[in-house]
Amino acid sequence: MIQHVDNPIIEVHDLTVSYDKKPVLWNVDFTIPGGALVGIIGPNGAGKSTLIKAIMGLLPLSSGYAHLFGEKLDNVRKRISYVPQRESVDWDFPASVMDIALMGRYGQRGLFKRITAEDRSIARQALEQVHMLEFANRQIGQLSGGQQQRVFLARALAQQADLYFMDEPFAGVDAATEGAIIELLKELKAQGKTILVVHHDLQSAAEYFDWILLLNTRLVASGPTAETLTPTLLQETYGGKLSLLAQVGEIASSKGVNIRE
Amino acid sequence: MDAFWIILTGALVALNGALLGSFLLLRRMSLVGDAISHAVLPGIVVAYLFTASLTSPFLLLGAALTGLAATWIIETLNQKAKLQHDAAIGLTFTLLFAIGVILVASYTGQIDLDMDCVLYGEIAYVPLDTITLASGLDLGPKQVWTLGSLFIGLLGLLLVGYRGLSLTTFDAGYAAALGINTSFWHYALMAAVSLSTVAAFESVGAILVVAFLVGPAATAFLLTRDLKWMLVIASLAGILSAITGYYLALWLDGSISGAMAVMTGVIFAVAFVWQMWRGR
Repeated sequence: MIQHVDNPIIEVHDLTVSYDKKPVLWNVDFTIPGGALVGIIGPNGAGKSTLIKAIMGLLPLSSGYAHLFGEKLDNVRKRISYVPQRESVDWDFPASVMDIALMGRYGQRGLFKRITAEDRSIARQALEQVHMLEFANRQIGQLSGGQQQRVFLARALAQQADLYFMDEPFAGVDAATEGAIIELLKELKAQGKTILVVHHDLQSAAEYFDWILLLNTRLVASGPTAETLTPTLLQETYGGKLSLLAQVGEIASSKGVNIRE
Repeated sequence: MDAFWIILTGALVALNGALLGSFLLLRRMSLVGDAISHAVLPGIVVAYLFTASLTSPFLLLGAALTGLAATWIIETLNQKAKLQHDAAIGLTFTLLFAIGVILVASYTGQIDLDMDCVLYGEIAYVPLDTITLASGLDLGPKQVWTLGSLFIGLLGLLLVGYRGLSLTTFDAGYAAALGINTSFWHYALMAAVSLSTVAAFESVGAILVVAFLVGPAATAFLLTRDLKWMLVIASLAGILSAITGYYLALWLDGSISGAMAVMTGVIFAVAFVWQMWRGR
């Protein structure tokens, strides 16, 4: 079930990405409408992170292409923002929360022009949005996991982009941070921005996202949440794993065993 | 006056090492600095074959290219041959250093270079080789001029490239997503490391450059979590090692560059103990 749209913000055509000649993404083809809050769902190793990295040009493509805003990536880079996985960096790096938020301005300002008072005020505003302004001068090594995630979000917000790619922003964060992120995603969506989120929790996916990509090396489905998060398509995405779990559940309940224990 | 020139030479080597070493440390590449400082040996020997020393800037650049080649080989072995990073480093620099050793041994008759000089340098002789103008004015040791111009070049690189270096060091993936060429910054840093290693070679030797690349940066990383302060503290720790090392050598009547390297370790140890004591 792959639903295409007219005037897409993202158009991915026949995309294949390989590591060591083994395909991680195979012939992925989809379109995303503007203003959508998109969840990229699939089992571990399905190529979810690879997909967003490939769209942003961080990995070599074996075939296919991705167009953003109907243009090539290099023409629209300033309109795109990226939130990498929190574990991808070393948080012992000597920098303050404000330093990281200001990095969000490097793309717009260029590496060699001065950071202005306006940049600082934008960075402060971004920190305020994720409730981290009071920690602006704190060293990043002293933050909790959830706070680190919020600093990464602030950096992305400071770019003032129109399209956001977020890699597992909910992984290992506290409830307060999860709430803050959801609130932020809805706010961005209300402003007409498009957001793609790599996510692995099926339970919350239906509640958070209005468009879903089901991925397992191949693209299983792309469409509005209600039409994609169906048992058949999920079965197809998760293959044996999900059905095995379902069977265990059935057997357990038929024998009157409480599965939670 | 000799003492002043020797300490100044040591301090300049230490400053260059401290600034570059800080970024190497944060990129977890301190060992690559080690590798480069060994791998430039064949380049240096070939340069020596043309003239008696590395006074020509072209020879300096040529020798530094060996260092860049070494980093390129390490990256290629790592990415294309899927060899672990530490194994790639070990393979590359031992091979290049060995080639250098063979070259030294084969051409001992023709060039004034022996293994002692390669390993420890001859910082005590620095004041002897001075630049004298036609008018007879003595401008001071050549080494000080070479290392001094390199230090100024390095300051310039840091002033212009501070954001590029710090962003690609902290989060290369994000930098690439912004459209920043991360390889450019990688090789710019490696080129600077090669160049300063080659320039420092005559005074402190191939191996002791490593002490200045790692020690002061590691000391600063213990004491601060602010990148600008880290660069300042590393520089101060480097200068302090040069000064105290000189007097340690005088007192022991031993190798000056050896004593300076020992002091980088001692200063690190003091910082470490202070940190432990403060953290109690």
